[in-house]
Amino acid sequence: MGLLEAITLSVIAASTPLLLAAAGELVAERAGVLNLGLEGMMIMGAACGFAGAYFTNYYTGSFTGSVLVGALCGMVAGALMAVLFAGLTIGLAVNQVAAGLALTIFGVGLSGLIGAGFVGERIETAPHLYIPVLTDIPVVGKILFGQDGFVYFSLILVIGIWWFLYRTRAGLILRAVGDNHVSAHALGYPVLRIRTLAVVFGGACAGLAGAYLPLAYTPFFIPGMTAGRGWIALALVVFASWRPGRVVIGAYLFGAVTILQLHAQAMSLPIPSQFMSSLPYLATVIVLVAISRGRGLAGSAAPASLGLVFVPDR
Amino acid sequence: MRLTVVATAAAAAAVAAIAVAAVIPGTVPGAKGADKLKVGFIYLGPVGDFGWTYQHEVGRQGLVKDMGDKIDTTYLENVPESADAERAIEQLVRAGNKLIFTTSFGYMDPTLKVAKKYPKVNFEHATGFKRDKNLATYSGRFYEGRYIQGQIAAKMSKTGVLGYIVSFPVPEVISGINATMLGAQSVNPNIKVKIIWVNTWFDPGKEADAAKALLDQGADVIMQHTDSPAAMQIASARGAYAFGQDSDMVKFGPKAQLTAIVDNWAPYYDERVKLELAGKWTSTDTWGGLKSKLIVMAPYTNMPDDVKKMAMDTEAAITAGTLHPFKCPVVDQDGKTVECKGGTHLDDGQILSMNFYVKGVDDNIPGK
Repeated sequence: MGLLEAITLSVIAASTPLLLAAAGELVAERAGVLNLGLEGMMIMGAACGFAGAYFTNYYTGSFTGSVLVGALCGMVAGALMAVLFAGLTIGLAVNQVAAGLALTIFGVGLSGLIGAGFVGERIETAPHLYIPVLTDIPVVGKILFGQDGFVYFSLILVIGIWWFLYRTRAGLILRAVGDNHVSAHALGYPVLRIRTLAVVFGGACAGLAGAYLPLAYTPFFIPGMTAGRGWIALALVVFASWRPGRVVIGAYLFGAVTILQLHAQAMSLPIPSQFMSSLPYLATVIVLVAISRGRGLAGSAAPASLGLVFVPDR
Repeated sequence: MRLTVVATAAAAAAVAAIAVAAVIPGTVPGAKGADKLKVGFIYLGPVGDFGWTYQHEVGRQGLVKDMGDKIDTTYLENVPESADAERAIEQLVRAGNKLIFTTSFGYMDPTLKVAKKYPKVNFEHATGFKRDKNLATYSGRFYEGRYIQGQIAAKMSKTGVLGYIVSFPVPEVISGINATMLGAQSVNPNIKVKIIWVNTWFDPGKEADAAKALLDQGADVIMQHTDSPAAMQIASARGAYAFGQDSDMVKFGPKAQLTAIVDNWAPYYDERVKLELAGKWTSTDTWGGLKSKLIVMAPYTNMPDDVKKMAMDTEAAITAGTLHPFKCPVVDQDGKTVECKGGTHLDDGQILSMNFYVKGVDDNIPGK
């Protein structure tokens, strides 16, 4: 396998969890809810995803089935955490930032509790696609036709989100809620319900992103294994100016620089490793500045009602 | 009206808190709870990391098994190596712990600070070098195990390139790399090593990425100085060899693990707690290796018999003292011979403060 091919495969694997989590968060933020609990939802998805896959494998011996069940468990876990978050911020009108941070801490702790019994257990990784002629094409075969289900799903998800937000009425209403919840409410749209659904969707995506880690990336569970990826996903949503296409660019840029800096170190390039470690974050900020310059005034692309609590009829 | 409700709620909560605190012995300072000695542990990572912290936890559990009726142990895990550490150590002190073990290099200054504040409490810091009347240090001579690993790696590598995943450029890590290289060079003088600094002790995803990068770049034996079994997993999936770190990681790489340096803390913890119980605890510096069994090598697996014999011979020689990994002359990266302060080998002080690479390492120490 050539070095370029190997690097590309590593990059795709590193970027997928970021893409999944950021895409879901994008929908939630477009509806006006700032969900800082992403890291907690991701790691709950990791713990429950691993648990689901492990038990399915144990009781049925089925392998592909166990990955599917694991992915579903991860999504459900993330969604349940999101329901809790929605209950607090949308139902009880709690400050979104505080609730999100609390949920992250809660999620990290709870996942450690759930996952403690699974440490040391192993499962098989998610199966990769194999199409007889196509996957064997020299350089691009494996990259385009040899990925696992999560990768293809993440790209379909982004396309689906784009189509939903910009080509359907429901998406338009969701964006309206995010931009001006008072007007949307005045027009008769169920603001609270829309926000709740958006948040639960975001949580499910984060749970799936978390489940990707033990099911496909490093096939074991260890408490704390998300190691801050949820926070990076949050930053990527801002990087993407809340547009689905740019989320893909951001996730892959971050993943690419992360992998490339490791390879550069292995090649003994004479650059200090601490600088290399900071490179992904630096690169993301620089690209963000570059693509934002075309906007003229620094008008923020953020949904105008992002983070604002909405209580009808107060 | 609202103020009254709030005030009443606050008062009720305060009363409840005090009541709870009084019931749980030890949370109120000076409360006479049980008469057992309270021993506290501060862990860097999760006890489930199956690496560094896991072995300390195994040590603690061994301690409880041996002396459970005389002591009460507590541990705090995932304590970052920052100002937070000081707060965590103080929390253990205020909970009544009289002997506290802080298990990572980065806790050195916070432990020293808290030790000065509480002269009646005894502290033990792992892998550090600052001591005080109530602060002892302890560590393992991991470099002995690294030398053996280097020899095995050089024998097993077909490409002549070793991959090394490391965290931060502290002397223990540097001496580990050097000992590995010296061991490898004793078998193959032209051995090469590729080093990746991941700047964290624990991040399974990043360690896995680093392992993949090293394997993609031509290494076929992976060594690590980080705390999760991710690299072992990747090596196993790719058909390469790897060494477990701190714990026996053979579960994650049944066909990939050659051996591992296993930290064996329980006997040391037993001994120190016994001294504390007898009132004879003093500040010491313990640096145990293969001879004192503070480190043990995991069973040698996945290698031909002649390599296994070589490894066992080397282990015996180091244990007997006839072979020292840093025997003089030691030549550094620039070709200069390092001053030999220990007679026939580098002395402990030099190894503990090692900040140079030996000849043959093609890397620059970050931050130098």
